[in-house]
Amino acid sequence: MSLGSDDVKSIAHLARLEIDEKNIEEHAKTLSSIIGLVEEMNAVDTTGIKPMAHPMDISQRLRADEVLEENQRELFQKVAPETKDGLYLVPQVIE
Amino acid sequence: MEWETVIGLEIHAQLRTKSKIFSSASTAFGAAPNTQACAVDLGLPGVLPVVNAEAIRMATKFGLATNSEVCKHSVFARKNYFYPDLPKGYQISQMELPIVGVGSIDIDLEDGTKKTIGITRAHLEEDAGKSLHEDYQGMTGIDLNRAGTPLLEIVSEPDMRSAKEAVAYMKKIHSLVQYLEICDGNMAEGSFRCDANVSVRPKGQKEYGTRAELKNINSFRFVERAINLEVERQIEEIEDGRKVVQETRLYDADKHETRSMRSKEEANDYRYFPDPDLLPVVLDDVYLEEVRKTLPELPAEKSTRFVNDLGLSEYDAGILTTSRELADFFEAVINESVEAKLTANWIIGDVSARLNKEDLSITDCPVSVIHLAGMLKRIEDNTISGKIAKDVFDGMWKGEGDADTVIEKKGLKQITDNSAIEAIIDEVISNSPNQLEQYRSGKDKLFGYFVGQVMKASQGKANPAQVNTILKDKLK
Amino acid sequence: MYHTKTLSELSALLEAGDVTSVQLTEHFLQRIKNHDTELNSFITITAEPALKAATAADEKRKAGKAGPLTGIPIAHKDIFCTKNIKTSCGSKMLDNFVSPYDATVVEKMQQAGMIILGKTNMDEFAMGSSNETSFFGPVKNPWNTKAVPGGSSGGSASSVAARLTPAATGTDTGGSIRQPASLCGITGLKPTYGRVSRYGMIAFASSLDQAGPMAQSAEDCALLLNAMSGFDPKDSTSLEKDVPDYTADLNKPLDGLKIGLPKEYFDEGLSKTTNDIVQKAIDEYKAMGAEIIDISLPNTHLAVPVYYVVAPAECSSNLSRFDGVRFGHRCEEPKDLEDLYKRSRGEGFGDEVKRRILIGTYALSAGYYDAYYIKAQQLRRMISDDFTRAFEKVDVIMGPTSPETAFNIGEKSDDPISMYLSDIYTIAVNLAGLPGMSVPAGFNNKMPVGLQIIANHFDESRLLNVAHQYQQKTDWHKAIPEQFK
Repeated sequence: MSLGSDDVKSIAHLARLEIDEKNIEEHAKTLSSIIGLVEEMNAVDTTGIKPMAHPMDISQRLRADEVLEENQRELFQKVAPETKDGLYLVPQVIE
Repeated sequence: MEWETVIGLEIHAQLRTKSKIFSSASTAFGAAPNTQACAVDLGLPGVLPVVNAEAIRMATKFGLATNSEVCKHSVFARKNYFYPDLPKGYQISQMELPIVGVGSIDIDLEDGTKKTIGITRAHLEEDAGKSLHEDYQGMTGIDLNRAGTPLLEIVSEPDMRSAKEAVAYMKKIHSLVQYLEICDGNMAEGSFRCDANVSVRPKGQKEYGTRAELKNINSFRFVERAINLEVERQIEEIEDGRKVVQETRLYDADKHETRSMRSKEEANDYRYFPDPDLLPVVLDDVYLEEVRKTLPELPAEKSTRFVNDLGLSEYDAGILTTSRELADFFEAVINESVEAKLTANWIIGDVSARLNKEDLSITDCPVSVIHLAGMLKRIEDNTISGKIAKDVFDGMWKGEGDADTVIEKKGLKQITDNSAIEAIIDEVISNSPNQLEQYRSGKDKLFGYFVGQVMKASQGKANPAQVNTILKDKLK
Repeated sequence: MYHTKTLSELSALLEAGDVTSVQLTEHFLQRIKNHDTELNSFITITAEPALKAATAADEKRKAGKAGPLTGIPIAHKDIFCTKNIKTSCGSKMLDNFVSPYDATVVEKMQQAGMIILGKTNMDEFAMGSSNETSFFGPVKNPWNTKAVPGGSSGGSASSVAARLTPAATGTDTGGSIRQPASLCGITGLKPTYGRVSRYGMIAFASSLDQAGPMAQSAEDCALLLNAMSGFDPKDSTSLEKDVPDYTADLNKPLDGLKIGLPKEYFDEGLSKTTNDIVQKAIDEYKAMGAEIIDISLPNTHLAVPVYYVVAPAECSSNLSRFDGVRFGHRCEEPKDLEDLYKRSRGEGFGDEVKRRILIGTYALSAGYYDAYYIKAQQLRRMISDDFTRAFEKVDVIMGPTSPETAFNIGEKSDDPISMYLSDIYTIAVNLAGLPGMSVPAGFNNKMPVGLQIIANHFDESRLLNVAHQYQQKTDWHKAIPEQFK
């Protein structure tokens, strides 16, 4: 399976990544070769094998329902690109 | 052509945990923007989620209460999409293995019959923040206080056939989650919200029509209106030879219209996959049994008990059990040893009417359980009549004190002293010589006139039964 | 001089009062100043807070409250969040990011009394095997400054190898501690998945990432691991398992140790010289009484393909939070929301990161999820099962860390696939969540070669014991590049 320019564009859109028009071809080529590598997986029959999402076969530990956090807005918003009145600002969202 | 409406609801109930589903920040409503958004809620680089035990317990309670399968192995998954109120660029939700599986709930229809509505699943997820669209120099402000609040998304089967049924179902779930104390049910604050999947099909057709998803419906009234509006729109589309398109539509209560949400129109590819920062949630039988033991008496059971043990009518029992608070209030009053039927009449009648009028809920009722019980006891012991009680109730509502204080202050105590009643009667009779003559000549109907005059003269305080007896005697 | 000393030697000097923490810190800061322009192994140097912390450490020692690591300098890979210190993750995206909090690892090392010299350079978001993808420029290998140090913990490896710091932290998602350790001739350990908290370590691939120590010797790694490990309630994948004293078993004799040699690790992909060096190390173990057993890990060849589905899939989602809204790079004058996202991310991320985000997005997208993601997860289990079976027969598995020695800067940067394949021996260990080490085992053409040792889950003590015993018989780990002596 190889990817074309349109595929790269639509994946890049899903991932919200701007990619220079002039680099799209090259990306398509590189991605296709990586997919070629990945597709070596197809040679193996995996019927009936349970997918493994975690290296450890353990279950989720649960946290007690306690409020332990304090307001640190000022500290957190020091690294924010743009804020006003305690809000993060973004270009207008149209619903 | 006759059309049939098909509706399925997705209800989002915010769980009443103190802290968020994956962080230890507070879930309290109404704080200053972003003061309750901690590093985890903000999705700062490097932070990790840890699951709140209470959220799991609450979801389990819901599953058990709806006879649903509670899944012993559930998995959190990431739903990936970009939106400014979604800090991590993905929402932690559940996809393939939700915590609650198939179940059902009975709703009461207007004709008195019951209908079973299937529950497809209920899964846990985190709420998003809020976008504030007031103009900040042409920008949108983002408040992430709500981000990470636990939500239980309850998905129904497409089993409802009218807007009224959808409302009945929604009310039933609304009441249930409050009974279970897992959601405060506050729709104005967005604690209980609903999306409706609506489609129409020619009556008798088996296949479902193309559905539209109505978003942002935050009151029972709006659910009914939005669905009816959408049904009309869909029928019109089809009858005009167009097609219903599968899309998300926003209900605008101000303009009373549903409109397509252009921004969400683009086909979404959420790329769900198991969240690698979280492990499977595993529950065992011991845990489920432990949670089962904490389940409160549910509305249906409570209603049956009210009928069988307290002698209430099914109708009254039904009304009293619509909300846990109302039922609790009722039971608290009868625990003050007041008769059940009298209590039920008052709560369903005057108390509810006054609450409705002033747009208050039973928990905000200015007349306390003790005060109401005190008043009802004064009715029972003939200190006041039912009619006078309305004045007493009004006094208590206005904060004039308990029943005895109001009765005393306003002089509303019933007159039960025979000689006092006799004196009033004597005066009435002597003031009505004509009527007395007519009565004695056989115009029995005038008895009522005399009763009325006596009650008037006593300002309604004379004991009606005594008035009857003495009057009959004196008029002979 | 101090920089040639191991942690336990430095600890003894401090305890004897032969040196103060301030003196040590000044010494290493001076070395960084003198040498790092050449190596580019640091992104941030924290001289002032380091000296302050050193003064405090000296006082602590005077008060008799010092532990074995109190007052000893360390460098943190710039993937760990450090409060009030820039935490860039090697990316333009976070060039302006001063973390408001400390990673658990950083906190723990501070509790142990260690002094932060600075933050080390790395491949951008830990994606790379050569440290060439860093926004802050490539790191050089102290053994040959034309060569790469390996990656992604290249700055940590290079700075420890050049003795600019006594030790450093690293992270390993597919070999990012072991491979640079091997290429720079130092000792590095990737612990069992979940042994060390991931909280505050900027995620690349959550189910594979694991932090670990990089130092001069196995003994030093044991001391560092003692301080780093342990259950963290802030990390759901952290293990609630007691942490043993990792120095306790270092001197156990290796008599009867069963070493498995997977035939797949010695195939045609391995250079002859590297093979010879590894075989020589094995001979050393035989001499110590170990038994050599030939084993097979039949699915080894699938590790790279599986990794390049799992890691990009997780990273494509993990890196979505870098959107120019709450922190990090934001493009100039976005015309709308989509423009804000696309340009901020397009400008903030480098090519390799973009490549992996694209691959991961593709692998998870509708219609491909089963063929790629689920398939990879199934094969991941098969790879993991290979190890389970092997550890029924052997105590440790040995082989090369990397198929070849450090290549030259620029040599592979246009060929991602050949770069990916350089991790062929390290990746499977991450997929299975096992602990692994790289230990210096010799030189090929004056460039270091590492021996990889893999143990069963939680068996770090054995790993360290096996490595330490080798280092008692060999001096490879003591070699210092001439110009940094």
